[in-house]
Amino acid sequence: MANYINQFFFGIYPYLALTVFFLGSLLRYDRDQYTWKASSSQLLSKKDMRVGSNLFHIGIIMLFFGHLFGLLTPHWAYHFAISAGTKQVLAMTAGGIFGLMCLVGMVLLIRRRILDPRIRATSQPADLPILLILFVQLVLGLLTIPYSAQHLDGSSMLALANWAQHVVTFQGDAASFVAGQAWVFKIHLVLGLTIFLLFPFTRLVHVWSVPVQYLSRSGYQIVRKRA
Amino acid sequence: MKIRAQIGMVLNLDKCIGCHTCSVTCKNVWTSRQGVEYAWFNNVESKPGVGYPRRWENQEVWNGGWILSGKNKLKPKMGGKFRLLAKIFANPDLPEIDEYYEPFTYEYQHLQKAPASRTTPTARMRSAITGARMEKPVWGPNWEEILGGEFSKRAEDSNFENIEKEIYGQFENTFMMYLPRLCEHCLNPTCVASCPSGAIYKREEDGIVLIDQDKCRGWRMCVSGCPYKKIYFNWQSGKSEKCTFCYPRIEAGDPTVCSETCVGRIRYLGVLLYDADRISEAASATAKEDLYQAQLDIFLDPNDPAVIAQAREDGVPDSWLEAARQSPVYKMAMEWKVAFPLHPEYRTLPMVWYIPPLSPIQNAAEQGKIPGDGVIPDVTRLRIPVKYLANMLTAGKEEPVIHALERMIAMRAYMRARTVDGVNATGVLERVGLTEQALDEMYRIMALASYEDRYVIPSNHREYAGETPFDNELAFNYRSSCGFSFGNGCSEGTTKTSLFGSPTHKNTLSGKTLAVKVKSNEDL
Repeated sequence: MANYINQFFFGIYPYLALTVFFLGSLLRYDRDQYTWKASSSQLLSKKDMRVGSNLFHIGIIMLFFGHLFGLLTPHWAYHFAISAGTKQVLAMTAGGIFGLMCLVGMVLLIRRRILDPRIRATSQPADLPILLILFVQLVLGLLTIPYSAQHLDGSSMLALANWAQHVVTFQGDAASFVAGQAWVFKIHLVLGLTIFLLFPFTRLVHVWSVPVQYLSRSGYQIVRKRA
Repeated sequence: MKIRAQIGMVLNLDKCIGCHTCSVTCKNVWTSRQGVEYAWFNNVESKPGVGYPRRWENQEVWNGGWILSGKNKLKPKMGGKFRLLAKIFANPDLPEIDEYYEPFTYEYQHLQKAPASRTTPTARMRSAITGARMEKPVWGPNWEEILGGEFSKRAEDSNFENIEKEIYGQFENTFMMYLPRLCEHCLNPTCVASCPSGAIYKREEDGIVLIDQDKCRGWRMCVSGCPYKKIYFNWQSGKSEKCTFCYPRIEAGDPTVCSETCVGRIRYLGVLLYDADRISEAASATAKEDLYQAQLDIFLDPNDPAVIAQAREDGVPDSWLEAARQSPVYKMAMEWKVAFPLHPEYRTLPMVWYIPPLSPIQNAAEQGKIPGDGVIPDVTRLRIPVKYLANMLTAGKEEPVIHALERMIAMRAYMRARTVDGVNATGVLERVGLTEQALDEMYRIMALASYEDRYVIPSNHREYAGETPFDNELAFNYRSSCGFSFGNGCSEGTTKTSLFGSPTHKNTLSGKTLAVKVKSNEDL
């Protein structure tokens, strides 16, 4: 039974979540682009936005890229430059710092969403739940730090990276890498996949639209010709 | 040279009576929906005053418009591309909705449903956002109507720059004017420049600036970029919206709703030809006082054969060139030089221009005569300080404004002499450099202002626009349908919940009962 659960959550669930993530995003972008937006509520209430939103966003973006590169860079690509143990300490430190930044920002934003009457009244049903899920995920992520600290050889990190790399390269044995890991890692993984699953149905879709192309736009003005 | 045509607008402030008909008809057509209750694509302000949103003209506060950076390069005042993107998580230059006003509605239902009571039931105010009770409105699109409020507060008006304003707080010296405002459909719009998604664009064929509602991601930089604060963030849809210059009407050759319904007949619409290659050159004039002239310099003479030939080559249809030759806007801006851009110092090259208002001659009664050179009165003695008008219309340069006011006074003096005294006072005309022929045309267009003279709008060309709403089939399909909606036609907020979210609020402007979202202390 334990094996079945392990296989389901770490062998099968990743594909369910990622399929919904990609297909759902694509369908929403294609079918309902009018709903594709950042859903900023700054117009209605400015208080705590400068500190809260900046800390939250900078923190979570750094965490995202930390996870992306940390999990998906194969061991052979870096082991000559940095040992797994050192990389783990680096990840714990950076993750801790940006995690705390994100935590402070998120507390401010959650407080605002619950207590500010204007924000509460204009929240979409999914707005608060997704924020709370991100919060729980962040707290779980921070809780992994003391677990990691118990073994600084990088073995856990390598196992989780192997899991991620085996998932994205469609090698059927991914779940086996997670089996022996601490509970906090497992829940963190499952909730993380759940966020991918929920992503297309929440305001998180604005992440896809990070306007980096603005920087490469030639000049400032846009003139459209008649179609 | 790259010639483009734009439909420009002129508002003759000398004739504006401040009736707000333009604002109301615009509102009924374009912003009578949830999320934009607070938005007035057109509003009329009483000046002097700080306006709507509060202090919109103070770019030290809102950082709208452009500045010249070190190497005389144009840059949005809120920052270049990197700096602007750095503001994306929390935009420090974004006004809060209270700077406009918190939208509200009244409890009309209570008048019908109130139980028997000793006092008459009243319809009290409720916020359209939270549904909580509000005691009173505290700001709005015409809050300082006819000099409402204390002078000390209205005197924060940025147009008082370099003016000893204290004396205008005294009853004897007070002055006022109306300023109807809408999107300027600029040649060098900062909203377009500051949109990270590239959702805002200027139409090549008529210069109208629009927001692609599908491409807008709600990063809200355009609200800050626009120095006129004429982009509004729809708090229900999470997207920005703005004046569309009633483009469906313009395409059909009809005037915008605000123009059509103007009872004072102050609005003019007409084609202007300009050299698109020189836009940034014009917007980069070093001294702000030169910006008005720099903008005039890129407008092209529609009677010049070389211009006509080049315009044809650049794809401007002949009907548009003909309209450009008849354009009242060209005549007022370029030939008679009586119309001016609003705040050229923002470097946006605005295309909604204003004829400054005349006002009574100060102290004329006391002196028993009108000061002046005996031909026309001295316009610097007008009740509205010329410097104030210049700060608004020519970045502080007084000569063009004086010139325009003198021409308007001369027109009155000449016509009065002709109709009352039966003489042709050509001396007056010589004084302001007008021919009798020019004056007749000025009088016909500015004073008589018949419908045909005010609106010279060439219709859009089907061969360029493809299928238009005027194709019969489409016309029937679109009849009585909605402009903007949440993707479910005219269903008025009854949109079923979709997987991707749905509106949280009903449209209170359609008379529907308000859902109280958050109760105020008084309710509990």
